[in-house]
Amino acid sequence: MTAEELNALEIAKEVDARGTACPGPLLEAKRAVADCPVGGIMVVLSSDEGTMSDITRWCGKIGHEYLGDIEEAGYWKVFFKRAK
Amino acid sequence: MTTEITDKDTLLQNLLSRVEALEADVSGDKLTLGVMRGDLDYTIATFIIALGAAAYDMEVDLFFTFWATSALRDPKKTAKKGLLDKMFGIMLPRGSRKLPLSKMQMAGMGPVMIKSVMKMRGAQSLEELMAQAADMGIRIHVCTMSMDIMGIKKEELIDYPHMDFVGVGTFVDMFQNSKQCWFM
Repeated sequence: MTAEELNALEIAKEVDARGTACPGPLLEAKRAVADCPVGGIMVVLSSDEGTMSDITRWCGKIGHEYLGDIEEAGYWKVFFKRAK
Repeated sequence: MTTEITDKDTLLQNLLSRVEALEADVSGDKLTLGVMRGDLDYTIATFIIALGAAAYDMEVDLFFTFWATSALRDPKKTAKKGLLDKMFGIMLPRGSRKLPLSKMQMAGMGPVMIKSVMKMRGAQSLEELMAQAADMGIRIHVCTMSMDIMGIKKEELIDYPHMDFVGVGTFVDMFQNSKQCWFM
């Protein structure tokens, strides 16, 4: 998905994990996904570049759909869709 | 009769999807090494093992964390840094050629002696091993948190063709899919 498409998505749950180091953003994503309805879109804000690779692979394992990421000034927005 | 066939079809479908799920979950012919020490001897051992595994057509993933990230610095490159990061940068080895030995360091004499003995015995240098690893498609994944802590920037790392920047979640996924995982 392009940055425009990602930004246009309706977000069901947003987590701001900026400032927390690995594995903080991944754990916060895991915790927050419980508050996101099945089929809803989650966005994780992280200032750790490793989060993108981590959440991509984690989604692959758990079964969520990784939608993409956007680089902002000093952090990244990571989008995925809760599958189950 | 019809119901029996339907039942068999359902059974077959169930079995097929279960086999598919099992196949997707089976660990591949992969080796994952967690590399932490940043000593010359441990780093040489890491690349020798990785290359040996690659010779067996195994896929190899190296997760570089903590002290080991210094081994990936390129002494010819510089990066913009704050004071604290600069201080760390001065104290940490600037690349593979500056790594200390875990034993017999002897104020810097140890690595010099080991390197000359290795050359004498026809053993490949760490730099040659790393170049071969690049040729063999061995992947290096650098821990971003370690880089932040040590103040090591992407711009000062070696030009390695299969290198990316990851967190522990990626390491876990790699070793879950590996036949073997060792922490060096």
